[in-house]
Amino acid sequence: MSFVSGLKCRECGTPYPAEALYVCDVCFGPLEVAYDLAAAKASLSRSSIESGPPSMWRYGALLPDPGDQPVDLGAGWTPLRRARRLGEALGVRELWLKDDTRNPTGSFKDRVVSVALSSARRLGFSTAAAASTGNLATSVAAHAAAIGWPSVILIPADLEKSKIAMTAIFGGTVLGVEGTYDDVNRLCVELVAEHPEWAFANVNLRPYYAEGSKTLAFEIAEQLGWRTPAQIVVPLASGSQLTKIAKGFREFIDLSLVEGTEPVYFGAQAAGCSPIARAFASGANVVRPERPNTIARSLAIGNPADGPFVLDELRATGGDCGSVPDDETLECIELLARTEGIFAETAGGVTIASLRQLIGRGAIDPERSIVAIISGHGLKTLDAVSATATFTRVITPSLTAAEAAIASTALVGAS
Amino acid sequence: MSVTIRLPSQLRALVGGAGEVAVEGATVRAALGALDATHPGLAARILDDRGELRRFVNVFLADEDVRFLDGLDTPVTSGQTISLVPAVAGG
Repeated sequence: MSFVSGLKCRECGTPYPAEALYVCDVCFGPLEVAYDLAAAKASLSRSSIESGPPSMWRYGALLPDPGDQPVDLGAGWTPLRRARRLGEALGVRELWLKDDTRNPTGSFKDRVVSVALSSARRLGFSTAAAASTGNLATSVAAHAAAIGWPSVILIPADLEKSKIAMTAIFGGTVLGVEGTYDDVNRLCVELVAEHPEWAFANVNLRPYYAEGSKTLAFEIAEQLGWRTPAQIVVPLASGSQLTKIAKGFREFIDLSLVEGTEPVYFGAQAAGCSPIARAFASGANVVRPERPNTIARSLAIGNPADGPFVLDELRATGGDCGSVPDDETLECIELLARTEGIFAETAGGVTIASLRQLIGRGAIDPERSIVAIISGHGLKTLDAVSATATFTRVITPSLTAAEAAIASTALVGAS
Repeated sequence: MSVTIRLPSQLRALVGGAGEVAVEGATVRAALGALDATHPGLAARILDDRGELRRFVNVFLADEDVRFLDGLDTPVTSGQTISLVPAVAGG
């Protein structure tokens, strides 16, 4: 059972019923799902969670009510891997990677969509929609197809080809919008006012959708043996993922399910779209929007909705925010692949490059545990690496040619 | 200057359900002030105690975020549209 008590404005605290609402009528702040943690504490335990399904729904008591059964393609319960070779390369003692490339449609968005569409179905909706930088688009289209719902997806028209194909294949309506993600997002806010019968995962269903990211924190804590990590690095687009990971750790701490205190939070942004990193560095408590220009399209949100809350979390825990140029992102996609065998999309490159930058300037303590979130699969952004990730040599089908080619190249990866 | 202000669903009840209202004003701030004069209480929903934009409201003038321009002091010309859009969406 779920322990949801209603919705509550994160900014001013005004309570609301658990319906398809997302903006506070009083102050325009975002609504969040609230829980009766006292009741949850009486019935939740490590063993009750451990006996649940091997999916994110093992934490169903701390998620919105999914109705009879969740809309579920198998999101979550992804590996938390000790990254010894990458840790050694970066000079840190205990590095873990949360490998969310392993989700059904290849990104962490399957977690939030599973929650959003489950809530949407329970609330009586029958059409799914989303504004997306790509990964959410794919996930909403796939989950909608699996339950026979039509979907309406809006994405920037110049998105990576692979993300367009991975979305369109599921058969929904896919609108390419000539503009940035921020233009798409604004259009969707206006569209939802005209089509309140559509369940926009990240607009009118956003309070429910966002809760799905808490399961990253829940899984990390359980997989570390019911303890919190000392430090965590999270890629930042709208900032919702980091904000809800923090909410998840706080709920587990309040429920006495974990050892340890809140982690120190670190954000990761591309230099070509770093409104949160800039606001953090300048001491501001609001985020000045910017026009994105980066290969990390899944993080290219110039006007991040949860930016102010991310600033609060970074400052409250003594964290910091990385901002890395695209060439370092590409270099770190390779570094991750060549040390750990994980192929990440550009957002993963931004995360590892930011980790390296934050270690380099002394913001991250190399002696304490670190978790980095690898949020999406490299097949989604093949174009970014295809110029360099290619044949070592092309040869004729002869033994002589093969031996000559091998002799002329150092055997890669043999170290 | 006669400008049109487009309102999000959360504010439409304050203006009798309309999605758009025509007002006079030479800047974004003046136009919002004019709206508040005819529909008292509206400005308090958008602006904080110091008269600045709340953290979670976006204001667009002719489809441009006013934070890219001169904020609330951005001049407006006759016939332009100001859109008030909740910030808490997306991502």
